[in-house]
Amino acid sequence: MGFPSPASGRREKPDLLKKELSLTDVTELSLAEARDALVKKEISAVDLAKAQIGAIEQARALNCFIVETPEKALAMAAQSDARLASGDAGPLEGVPLGIKDLYCTKGVQTTAASHILKGFVPTYESTVSANLWRDGAVMLGKLNLDEFAMGSSNETSYFGPVTSPWRRSGSNVRLVPGGSSGGSAAAVAARLCYGATATDTGGSIRQPAAFTGTVGIKPTYGRCSRWGIVAFASSLDQAGPIARSVRDAAILMRSMAGYDPKDTTSVDVPVPNYEAAVGASVKGKVIGIPKEYRLDGMSAEIEKLWAEGIAWLKAAGATIVDISLPHTRYALPAYYIVAPAEASSNLARYDGVRYGLRVPGKDVADLYENTRAAGFGKEVRRRVMIGTYVLSAGYYDAYYVRAQKIRTLIKRDFETVFADGVDAILTPATPSAAFGVGEKGEADPVEMYLNDIFTVTVNMAGLPGIAIPAGTSSEGLPLALQLIGRAFEEETLFSLASVIEQSAPKIELPPKWWA
Amino acid sequence: MSVDQATVRRIAHLARIKVADEEVPHLAQELNAILAFIEELSSVDVEGVEPMTSVMPMQMKLRADVVTEGGEADPIVANAPAVEDHFFVVPKVVE
Repeated sequence: MGFPSPASGRREKPDLLKKELSLTDVTELSLAEARDALVKKEISAVDLAKAQIGAIEQARALNCFIVETPEKALAMAAQSDARLASGDAGPLEGVPLGIKDLYCTKGVQTTAASHILKGFVPTYESTVSANLWRDGAVMLGKLNLDEFAMGSSNETSYFGPVTSPWRRSGSNVRLVPGGSSGGSAAAVAARLCYGATATDTGGSIRQPAAFTGTVGIKPTYGRCSRWGIVAFASSLDQAGPIARSVRDAAILMRSMAGYDPKDTTSVDVPVPNYEAAVGASVKGKVIGIPKEYRLDGMSAEIEKLWAEGIAWLKAAGATIVDISLPHTRYALPAYYIVAPAEASSNLARYDGVRYGLRVPGKDVADLYENTRAAGFGKEVRRRVMIGTYVLSAGYYDAYYVRAQKIRTLIKRDFETVFADGVDAILTPATPSAAFGVGEKGEADPVEMYLNDIFTVTVNMAGLPGIAIPAGTSSEGLPLALQLIGRAFEEETLFSLASVIEQSAPKIELPPKWWA
Repeated sequence: MSVDQATVRRIAHLARIKVADEEVPHLAQELNAILAFIEELSSVDVEGVEPMTSVMPMQMKLRADVVTEGGEADPIVANAPAVEDHFFVVPKVVE
C-alpha cells in the first residue's frame, strides 16, 4: 500500500500556490499548506486572515461564532507578517484559528454559551490559547458550543444552535454538528478557520469531529493545561484540537500541549513533535478490537465501517487482536454521576456576585436563586440538580463513591489489555451519523446522552482518543472511527490515524449552500 | 431510587436554583429518567475496589509558600455586576 510522502500532505495541489491565489482558494488549503505558504512568502498572513474573515461573514447562517474578532485577527496577522519578514516566525505564524468559547481570552467576551456569563470579559488568557498565540497563531473569534459544554448537539447554547455545513443527500433538513464543540467542528468543516480549539469531557471533541468529517483528538488527561478554561467536570475535562486532517491536528497539538504549573493536574513530560508521527510505519502495532463495543442493534453501516478500518490497519502491517473491556457498559451511567457531581460543584461559583448575570432578590440567597434560575439553561439546570442530589447527605456513598469505584474498574480494563501488548484500540466513534436539529432528547434526556457511548470510556480512564473520518452513511453523511491509545502515546494514534485517513474514501463537503 | 416532588424542591434549594411550582412535576420526571439510567450501576460488584481519586497516577504538587501575585483588585472586580471601591456588593446580610 503506497502512502504519499509525509511532506506532501493528503492532497496534491501542485498548481494552486503558483497561481494568483483568490481569496476563496486559500480557505481550501490545509493548515499545513497555509503554514508552509506563509513561510515561503507565497501569501501574507493579512491576506489569509482577510480570506477567513470573508468566509466567516458569509457563513453566519451556520451560527458557528458567538463573537467574531476581525480587527484583532488583522492586527495579529500584521504582527505575524512582520515576524515572518524578520525571521522570528513561530511554528503557527500567521495561521488563523477559531477558539471555543470555553477558553478565556483576555479582553474578548467569554461566555461558555451561557446566559449567566453573558458580557463576561476575562482579564486573563487561558494557557492553551496563550500557547497558540506564543507560536504565532491568529484569532478569528469565539466559537459556539453547548452551554458549559453540556450537550452532544450544540442545541443547548444560549446563543442558538449551530447548523452543520453537511446535509443528507437530496435534503435540506438542518443537521446538528454534534457537541459540545459544535461550533469548532462546523467552522473547521466549512473552511471558516484552519483549525479550532475544543474540549472533551465525555466525547465533546470526537463526536462533533465524527459528525462533520473532521479530525478531533482528546489528549491524555494532563497533557494540556486546563487553566483558564471554564470548568465543567475537572477530573474529565481535556483540551484538544479539531482540524481537517491528521497532520493539521498533530501540528496544533504540539502547540497546545505542555506543562503548566498553574494546573496541578498538568503533567510535566516533554511535548514530542507529533507531526513527525504522521505517516510513520505502523508495522507490528497491535490493535485491539473490543467485543463490548459491538452493541445490540448496531447499524450495518457502522459494522461495515469498523470492518473496513480493521482491514486498512491490517494491510498497513498492524496485527489485529480481539479484546475484552468488560466494564464498558457501565461507563456512561457512571459518567452521569461523576460529571454532574463535579459540575454542580464547579458551577457553584456563578452566584451573581463576582461576574456575569445578576438578578436581584430580597436577600442574598434569593439573589443567588434568581440569578441561577435565569442564567442556566434547562440541560445545565438538570445536571447541576442531579449532581447536587448524588452528592447530598445519605446518597454520596451509594452514587458518587460507587461511580468512582466503577471508574477504577474501567481504567483497569484498559490497563489489562495494554499490559497484554495492545498498542491501540479501534472502535466506531459514534453510534450513528449526524441527526436533525430538534430530533433527539426532547422527551428523554438519556436519548441524547447515548451519543457518547463509545467515547466516554476514554475520559473515564484519562486516555487519549482520536476520531478520524472513515466513510459515509447511506445518506451521504460522514462517519468516523475512533482510536484509543495508551497514556501519553498520542504519537501512535497520529500514525495509525493517518493510515485510516489515507485508506478511507475521500468525503467531500456539499457545495457552499450557506454562502 | 427515584425522587418525588418534595425532593426536587429540596435539591433545587440546595443547588440555589429557583424552580417554579409548575416546573416541578416535569423536572421530577426528567431526573427520574436519569436516575433510572444510572440505576444499572447498583448491580456491579465493587467489593474491595478503591474509588478513583486521580485518573493519572501523580504526586500532589507543592509550591514554595511565597506570594506570587497580588495587588490586582481592579481586574478581580472588573466583571462584577455591583462594586463599591474594591468590594463586591450584595444585599444586606446582617441586621
